[in-house]
This record gives sequence, structure tokens and C-alpha cells, in this order.
Amino acid sequence: MTEIERYYAPASLEQAVDCLQEAGGVTVLAGGTDLMPQKNAGRLKPQRTLMNIRGIAELRGVELSGGEIRIGALTTITDLLENPLVRQHLPQLIEACNHFASDQIRNVATLGGNICNASPAGDTLVPLLVLDARVDLVSRPEGRMLRRGLPVAEFFVGPGKTRKAPTELLAGVTIPLPPENYLGRFFKFGTRPALDIATISIGFGGILEGGVLSRVRVAFGAVAATPVRASHTEAALEGRPLTEATIAAAAAAARDEVTPIDDVRASAWYRKELIHNMTKRILDHVAHA
Amino acid sequence: MSLMHDIDFTLNGVRRRATVRVDMSALDMLRETIGLTGTKYGCGEGECGACTIQVDGVSLNSCLMFAVDCHGRQVVTIEGLGADEASTRASALRDAFVEHGAVQCGFCTPGMMMQASHLLDRHPHADAESIKRGIEGNLCRCTGYKKIVDAIVAVGEGIAP
Repeated sequence: MTEIERYYAPASLEQAVDCLQEAGGVTVLAGGTDLMPQKNAGRLKPQRTLMNIRGIAELRGVELSGGEIRIGALTTITDLLENPLVRQHLPQLIEACNHFASDQIRNVATLGGNICNASPAGDTLVPLLVLDARVDLVSRPEGRMLRRGLPVAEFFVGPGKTRKAPTELLAGVTIPLPPENYLGRFFKFGTRPALDIATISIGFGGILEGGVLSRVRVAFGAVAATPVRASHTEAALEGRPLTEATIAAAAAAARDEVTPIDDVRASAWYRKELIHNMTKRILDHVAHA
Repeated sequence: MSLMHDIDFTLNGVRRRATVRVDMSALDMLRETIGLTGTKYGCGEGECGACTIQVDGVSLNSCLMFAVDCHGRQVVTIEGLGADEASTRASALRDAFVEHGAVQCGFCTPGMMMQASHLLDRHPHADAESIKRGIEGNLCRCTGYKKIVDAIVAVGEGIAP
């Protein structure tokens, strides 16, 4: 096991990305609620430098400008739940945060940590997919701040794996402001409301006008190696009247396009049934909203 | 030999220095380095809430917090809850736990009290439903939840003894 040789708590984003650039082998600490148990279980090998970014004030908070909501990576789940902008505009994210672990963990766990941890069952990831969020990645090669945006849909590569380079820090996410008549839904299935890892989760977003759906987004968690957009399900809904037949076709498409595995929480068969039935339930609710 | 780091923080209202392993949890620091054993080790992974403390006014699992992250912060443990004379609610909470028999084996009690105190700070008049949700991260293996919820509700309603 690598020994930690250095502890560093930068006060600014520049210092943090400089450290990533120079040091090589950095473990980033934010809330610590995933890092600590992963380290204790031996699933994560601490790198030579432990960098605590929690003191970087500019990475925490929610703001609305230019038709986009920007959420800093260090914003906690409790911050999100209490934020009026998030409450008003991002209903799926609120619903997911409401089913996130426990109060003690929500008070500390950060949105950026949930994203970088890249769990296929990560609670906030499905809503972020549905909301067309982009991740904001920052690095500083040769002393020059370099920012690049990447759709969340392209960010996850596998369990715990993302497209973030070792020299990059996740600064936050940017979400286009949903229109006034936007409908957002999130559903997480677990055996108890608190502290459960999702057996499956479903996110839905779209606009229903004159009974017809548009700008449809559907995403699923815990049914593949990463949280995934459900393109066939979306296609079965986009531009169609939300009738019983449409709902049945979309729910069937959902069941057919997911590729879950058997694990301790559920069998692959049961996950497919859940995806079918709960997609149908969400769409029924939307139709009667 | 793990890397050690010096930290400086406020513990139960008193300024405190400690030298800690950089990969150590705040819980281990409290119990082993400092010797405050009121905060309990239950599961070590944030499921049970026995290690709940308050840092900068919010409750958290001290088993999931890195000790080095206590630097510069205000840490309150069960030993310090209500030590501050202005905190009449903390003593009302203690009395309510006694009055309602909300303590069986007592192992979850420090964590329950720390979480209950945080809940009532945020929502002084919380009802039973929101209290149940608020303590969903605290397990009582004696399953004495009803009396615990009753005690917290009583303080919120101002009817504690």
C-alpha cells in the first residue's frame, strides 16, 4: 500500500489544480463520505498526496446566469435540498437528494463527490443525465487555466471510472434552465427509504403540451456499468401523444434496452421488471399531472 | 509509519491542538488520541449514526470524516452538548430522553442525542414524521424508536419536563 507522503489543503482552485499538475498521484478529499469507507475496505489505494479541497470557497454554491444553473462541485446534498433555485427548477434533483443516504451524510457529501465516484447507482447522476448537465473540468498546464465542458452522458466510462484526466479537477456542473412548463420526475427503488443503494432508479424530464410530449429525456441507474440515457424509451415517447398505448410501448422499450446484472440487491430479471413497471407508473403520473 | 499532521480546532468550546495520522477518522481521533469515548464506533461506514457529532453546526458521521479536516472548525461531541449554558434545549433533550425512557442499552444514545439536537436546531417544532425521517441515519438495535421519537417530539413541542 502506498503511504501518504503529503497532506495539502489548498485555499484556491488555482492551487488545487497546480497540485494535480505537479504532484501526480493525488487523492482528492471533499466530503470524505465515500473516500473513507473505500479506503477502509481497501477498495481505494490512497495516493502519495492527500489533497483536501473542502476549503475552496468558490467551488460551493448554486447560481443562475445566462439561462443556466451552475452548481459548484463542493455543494453538499443538504445545500441542494435547501436551495430555492434547485427547488424551483430541478425537481428530479431534489427528489434524488431527498432519497440520498441519511441527514448526517447529506450534510457533508458533495455533488462533485457523487459524480466523481461514478457509481452506476449514484443517486444524483440519473437526474443530471435527464437535465442535460455538463461537467466543468479545470486544469492548469503551464500555469494557464484550462476549462473544458463535457456532457454528463459522456463522462462515465465504468464503475468508478470517468473521462476526467488525473490533472483535472471537477469544478462543478452546468444545467440549462428548464422551461416553465417542464415536468421532472425521479424514482428510486430500495428496500428502505434511507441509506439504501438503489436497486434501480429512473429519471424523466420533458414537456407535455396539448397531450403531446417533447424534449423527452429518460435515464436509468443501477442497470448497467454506468448510469445511462435510455434512447429507445425516449424515441418511443418523443413527439407522441401520451396515451395508454404510448406508455405501454415506452415501458416495453425500457425493459428491452436495459442490461442489468444479478447482484445482492436484485436479480437482472427483477430489475428489468422494475424498470418496466416503474417507467409505466411514472408516465401514468405524468399523463395525469 | 503514517504521515502525521498537526491540527488546531475548537472542541466543545475549548481550543485544542492535536497531532493525527492523515488517514485517521475524526472518530478515532476523539476516542483514541483525545480520549473522549462518549462518541461510539458502531459500523464504521456511516450506516448506524452511533458516531454522530456536530461540526460547524451540522451533524455528521465522525467515522466518515478525516481527522485532519477538523482543522479550524468547531467540533461538538456528546460530552459538549449542552455544556454551553445558553443551550437550554440540549438539557431539555437530555431530560426528555430520561423521562420518556428513550434509553435502553444506551449505545445509540449519544448519536441519537447529537442528531436530535441538530434536527431541533434546524426545525424547532418538528413533528413525529419529520423526526423519524431526521433520525433515519441512526440505528437503535434495541429498537426503542417509539420512545426516542416521543422524547424528541416532546422537546420540539415544548412539553418536555
